[in-house]
Amino acid sequence: MAEIEALIKAFSGHGVDEKTVISILGNSQPEHRQAFRKEGGFFAEDERRFERWNDHHVKLLKHEFMRFKNAVVLWAMHPWERDARLIKEALKKGPNSNSVIVEIASTRSSDELLGARKAYHSLFEHSIEEDVASHIHGKEKKLLVALVSAYRYEGPKIKEDVAKSEAKALISAVKNAEKQNPIENDEVVRILSTRSKPHLKSVFKHYKEIAGQHFEDELDVHLILQAAVQCLITPQSYFSRVLDEAMRDGADKNTKKGLTRVLVTRADVDIRAISDDYRNHYAIPLADKIEAKAKGSYKEFLLTLMARGS
Amino acid sequence: MSTLTVPAQVPSVTEDCEQLRKAFEGWGTNEQLIISILAHRNAAQRKLIRQTYADTYGEDLLKSLDKELTNDFERVVMLWTLDPAERDAFLANEATKRWTSSNQVLMEIACTRSSKQLLEARQAYHARFKKSLEEDVGYHTNGDFRKLLLPLVTAYRYEGDEVNITLAKSEAKILHEKISNKTYNDEDLIRILATRSKAQINATLNQYKNVYGNDIDQDLEADPKDEYLDLLRATVQCLVRPEHYFEKILRLAINKQGTDEGALTRVVTTRAEVDLKVIKDEYQRRNSVPLDRAVVKDTSGDYEKMLLALLGHGDA
Repeated sequence: MAEIEALIKAFSGHGVDEKTVISILGNSQPEHRQAFRKEGGFFAEDERRFERWNDHHVKLLKHEFMRFKNAVVLWAMHPWERDARLIKEALKKGPNSNSVIVEIASTRSSDELLGARKAYHSLFEHSIEEDVASHIHGKEKKLLVALVSAYRYEGPKIKEDVAKSEAKALISAVKNAEKQNPIENDEVVRILSTRSKPHLKSVFKHYKEIAGQHFEDELDVHLILQAAVQCLITPQSYFSRVLDEAMRDGADKNTKKGLTRVLVTRADVDIRAISDDYRNHYAIPLADKIEAKAKGSYKEFLLTLMARGS
Repeated sequence: MSTLTVPAQVPSVTEDCEQLRKAFEGWGTNEQLIISILAHRNAAQRKLIRQTYADTYGEDLLKSLDKELTNDFERVVMLWTLDPAERDAFLANEATKRWTSSNQVLMEIACTRSSKQLLEARQAYHARFKKSLEEDVGYHTNGDFRKLLLPLVTAYRYEGDEVNITLAKSEAKILHEKISNKTYNDEDLIRILATRSKAQINATLNQYKNVYGNDIDQDLEADPKDEYLDLLRATVQCLVRPEHYFEKILRLAINKQGTDEGALTRVVTTRAEVDLKVIKDEYQRRNSVPLDRAVVKDTSGDYEKMLLALLGHGDA
């Protein structure tokens, strides 16, 4: 029984604990496997009197076995191709993946985003903006199209008085939320999609000073808008949140993918800062959490990415 | 096709720089010498001249030009000497500071350049103005103009020839619907014009004509006084028939009481190395008089000479 439990454990989480599967299942006799089929919960009794794999579980297992392969392929990819493919995938998956588009458009440098746009031309024979504009239909469309089209100035220079007046414009948009969703407000979209990141940091600093609370604490603000702001001014907090959500029990298929995506896309950029933020927020080191929730080669791969050069 | 004529035996860069320096020396300026050099060098050559001049004399060539030249002649030489990306950035920045007629300049740059050229203009904009083009366009325009211009200046269109006819048909339908309803600032209408590849837009407009009988141009003529509608029509023209657009700009600039040197200079300097030959042919076809002759009639002095040189008139 302990072995069946261990086997079930080897299959649940992120990735598969190949060593356990090999040692238990690989060493099993037919009667052990039958016990596993009867107790495991992965099988159901068929009308013709045999324990049959639950199709749904086979699919889940397939995803878990593929997690390592997907991570490796994504890691080896040129960052431009990687981002282009992630965006394409997000567009295919539908509105629940719109946050991935926001993530890529807002956390990459201007040249990285540009590279993704170039790669997208090569891979898909369309521009990112035309696909985003034609495939997204909700309120967030305007903002998303604008975000993927940005080529932000990256210098430190900011104009405080402009930042202040733009903070006021945002406050006004939020106050008017009943009449128009701020995410569709032209000024909001203009400010978030054209201004430089240092400028935006200043805008939101003024926001807090004038409105008395942080933009992210405002209620009734579209989640995508919140995500965009977070990605633009405090990306590490955004990423540590995505990681936490990915590793929660019961996370859905798409949310779980956040673990691979964030680790692979940030390992060369700011994974240490994200790690620090994670520990501050969730009281446990990121590496420890991954150790607990991920399995097998997938787990080792992620931990290795994180530990490089330290 | 380009109208630029470069001599078969080009003097060395050092020689060019020396000659240019000589042209500035003394009391007057030898404008003819300046024209004979700069108007007959391509972008790569001019860039090298600028670099070498700065290394040799410790001053940007443009600065020397600014000190020595004036008015229309100075502007045409200055714009011409800039490399194409810087020129576009300069013109765009100027346009964000002016009034409504300059919305057209922004649209012109966004729609007649290739994706790569527009991108390079945006990069040059960062370098020179320490801001992004889109933040200035966003800040200085509003209403329907902004709705149209922002997506246009931030586009990075796919440049392949592939065309999806089914899509062209369905988007022609959308365009027709919005135009019939006179909702010219509709999101979808703008989306199609601002994001689709030029080849795809061309196919869509052909479908439009096939199915609905009119050129989209005719259907967009509802209100002659509507500036936004003007801009929309010009946008379509720039995307699929830039030579017709530029011919019209030149025609209006020349026919205008007193001539619009700004427009004349802009078109000649920005198209001389691109398609000024095609534009010249179109001008002749439409006006029954060669562009060169119209320029001679309408302008004078060194300004005229520089324009003619860029138009490929006569020999070096």
